[in-house]
Amino acid sequence: MFGWFGKVSFVPYTKVSDFAVHLKDGRLMGSVCADCGRFAFPPRADCPDCLSGSFEYREISGRGTVHTFSTIAAAPTGFEDMAPYTVVVVDLEEGGRLLAWAGETLDPADVKIGMPVQVVPRIFEETPEIRVYYSVEEPGATWGKAPVRGGEG
Amino acid sequence: MPRVGVIGIGHGRFGRRSDATVQELAFEVFRTALEDAAIERDAIDASVIAAVPEYHKQRSVAGVVQEYLNLNPRPTWLTEVACASGSAAIRTAWMAIRSGLHKVVAVIGCQKMTEMETAEILALMGRVGEVQWESVFGTTFPAYYAMFANRHMHEFGTTRDQLLAVAVKNHHYGAMNPNALFRKEITLEKAYASDPVASPFCVYDCCANADGAACLILADEEVARAHGDRVVWLDGVGAASASMSVLRRPDLVGLPSAREAARQAYEMAGVGPGDVKVADVHDCFTIAEIMAYEDLGFCAKGEGGAYIEERRSYIGGDVAVNVDGGLKAKGHPIGATGVSMAYEIVTQLRGEAGERQVPDADVGLTHNVGGIGQYTFVHLFRKE
Repeated sequence: MFGWFGKVSFVPYTKVSDFAVHLKDGRLMGSVCADCGRFAFPPRADCPDCLSGSFEYREISGRGTVHTFSTIAAAPTGFEDMAPYTVVVVDLEEGGRLLAWAGETLDPADVKIGMPVQVVPRIFEETPEIRVYYSVEEPGATWGKAPVRGGEG
Repeated sequence: MPRVGVIGIGHGRFGRRSDATVQELAFEVFRTALEDAAIERDAIDASVIAAVPEYHKQRSVAGVVQEYLNLNPRPTWLTEVACASGSAAIRTAWMAIRSGLHKVVAVIGCQKMTEMETAEILALMGRVGEVQWESVFGTTFPAYYAMFANRHMHEFGTTRDQLLAVAVKNHHYGAMNPNALFRKEITLEKAYASDPVASPFCVYDCCANADGAACLILADEEVARAHGDRVVWLDGVGAASASMSVLRRPDLVGLPSAREAARQAYEMAGVGPGDVKVADVHDCFTIAEIMAYEDLGFCAKGEGGAYIEERRSYIGGDVAVNVDGGLKAKGHPIGATGVSMAYEIVTQLRGEAGERQVPDADVGLTHNVGGIGQYTFVHLFRKE
């Protein structure tokens, strides 16, 4: 399922593949080590502290602040049609960081280091196959979530 | 502890070398280094090749180089840590000599980057970051350093003028280097007028891909001493790593691997930043040189912008930095760059740098970064 993640996917297989399923359902998931409780975003299956291979997903709020950013004019393969686009590194409220595009509610010219933002799960609507990502939006941005699936935390 | 000395150096012209294969580029600099060392090929015990494989059509390039130099059956191997491959090769040669395994080792950095089609380059460019969580958003090399630049400007008030002043300086010295890709001075106005790449960077904030090669011949203390007073000693070798992903760095205003590698190298050589007279640092982008001043201790964190503005990195300032033109003007054949840096420092410490000679240069430093600081190697050279 991880092949769903991103406009271009380089990583079809990972132990955290269900991240992409949760993202499709409207949930941003970090990971918690089942043994020592260490939190990580992006999620990881294997604990860098206690070396445990057991983890659980934990949903995060997506709230955070802009750590840094850049507007890319010279784009690599697969992204030429989007240029120029703005990538933003966000310090997440629950810890960890993510990198994503400034989305539709956020004018790239208005992006400032230190400003509060809301990260929102997204689905590329124009593609025939499922493709998911997340974008950086104005605080208070809202989105829909699917009901919680049985058996998966 | 016995020392390791540089007894021979060679450097080719950097730029588009459509006239030569990678092994032919390697041959040029190997021959020059042998002549410079005044030794026969038979004196070489082993070679270490630095090259980044994905740019070459020829796979396993060490093999084709070793054969073309007629060095078989001596051992050879490749080192690869992106743009720091050349310094990794020097470190590996230093280790081989210090272990007593080999007495004389040739280090050859060689890279052809212009063999690839633009489409192949653009595809490679899209995979420089951590591919699972970052490259899916179309990140590029310039964009990563641009994000460091924006954060540095935010925290310390570093300005666009200060960033582009690095490019102006490096083109100033590149104009004096016969091996440089760009041998012309630029003005701040010309730099500002170049096309945007990734904000705040425009074209003149970025170094250029190039073909090129450089060679160093290293020897153990006994062999080196027999070479008289042209020997330059590699007295400090520091190396460190940092997270692949920018999402897991403690800060985005410097490179923790550079700070750690510098600490190790200073300690091993028994010198401090104030002793360094000349340095070649990894100016792949303008902000990278400013962060290098700080990470190497030439100035405090946050003062790198003022350091270039006050011309403290020009000849006659505190530490002459990248007076061969740096990656910016010299060009950046990624496997060769670390060896090219060492070539310049050895030339300076010998007093053979001509019109860009740094007066009284007795301690010199190289700072060679792979990727966005996933790997950094700092080497200290001394003349005595």
